[in-house]
Amino acid sequence: MSGVPLTHIIIVSSLLFFIGAYGFLTRRNLIAMLMSVELMLNSVNINFIAFNKYLFPDNLDGLVYTIFIIAIAAAEAAVAIAIIINLFRNTRSIDAEDADQLKN
Amino acid sequence: METSALSFYLISAFILITGLLTVFTKKLFRAAIWLLSSLIGIAALYFVMEVDFAAAVQIIVYVGGIVVLIIFSIFLTNNEGVSMPAPLSKRKIFSAIAVLCGAGYTVMLLDQHVWMAHSANAYDPSVKKIGYLLVSNSPDSYVLPFEVVSILLLAAMIGAIVIAIKARPEEK
Repeated sequence: MSGVPLTHIIIVSSLLFFIGAYGFLTRRNLIAMLMSVELMLNSVNINFIAFNKYLFPDNLDGLVYTIFIIAIAAAEAAVAIAIIINLFRNTRSIDAEDADQLKN
Repeated sequence: METSALSFYLISAFILITGLLTVFTKKLFRAAIWLLSSLIGIAALYFVMEVDFAAAVQIIVYVGGIVVLIIFSIFLTNNEGVSMPAPLSKRKIFSAIAVLCGAGYTVMLLDQHVWMAHSANAYDPSVKKIGYLLVSNSPDSYVLPFEVVSILLLAAMIGAIVIAIKARPEEK
């Protein structure tokens, strides 16, 4: 792994982040949007671990933050899916455009 | 090129391709499977970077937990086999412009930046050190955030149950 410069890892994670951002902007299905958010969170995790390994190898703070982010992502996914299921029960749809009950 | 560098580039290509397929596939279930492949690829990337604990956590929580949750919710809410409608072309164009500009600018900045390593010691992400960092009583440990995250996780799980539970029809 010593042959890989840090810049290449960060470029991979940035591209993954922007792929997720594109999905979040274009998809209108709530579950597909949630999947895009997971991709973005994962790219952040790669960043944390790469910076930790290459720039600050003495302490493991980046790794600990990655573990916290994974735990919070699990909580977020659970709550989001509960909300999506409840929304589906009310509107029979998981399209973001159909969730307009607060508008009228 | 040494083996680990080669495998890094192969795994990166795998992650990016499956990520693109996650975002572009018409069928929701296939998107979930591509997401699963992408997350496994990221775990493999952690293995190549010799951060074994993060790779294990990635597989256990993401692959074993979150993706399974997503697949279950697809089964609960989606008519299987129905394609999602394609996004409006106006939205597609503007999103693509925003994302390409952002990605291009970020890659350009990264390309110019020179990183300064703060230490030349070897990186040692052993589980023992992680454990001491998470739950020891030394002043620089992360025991308080750890407990806060655990309470957050508990609260979120209870909240998820409360939100998703089926309201019982009123008696009488």
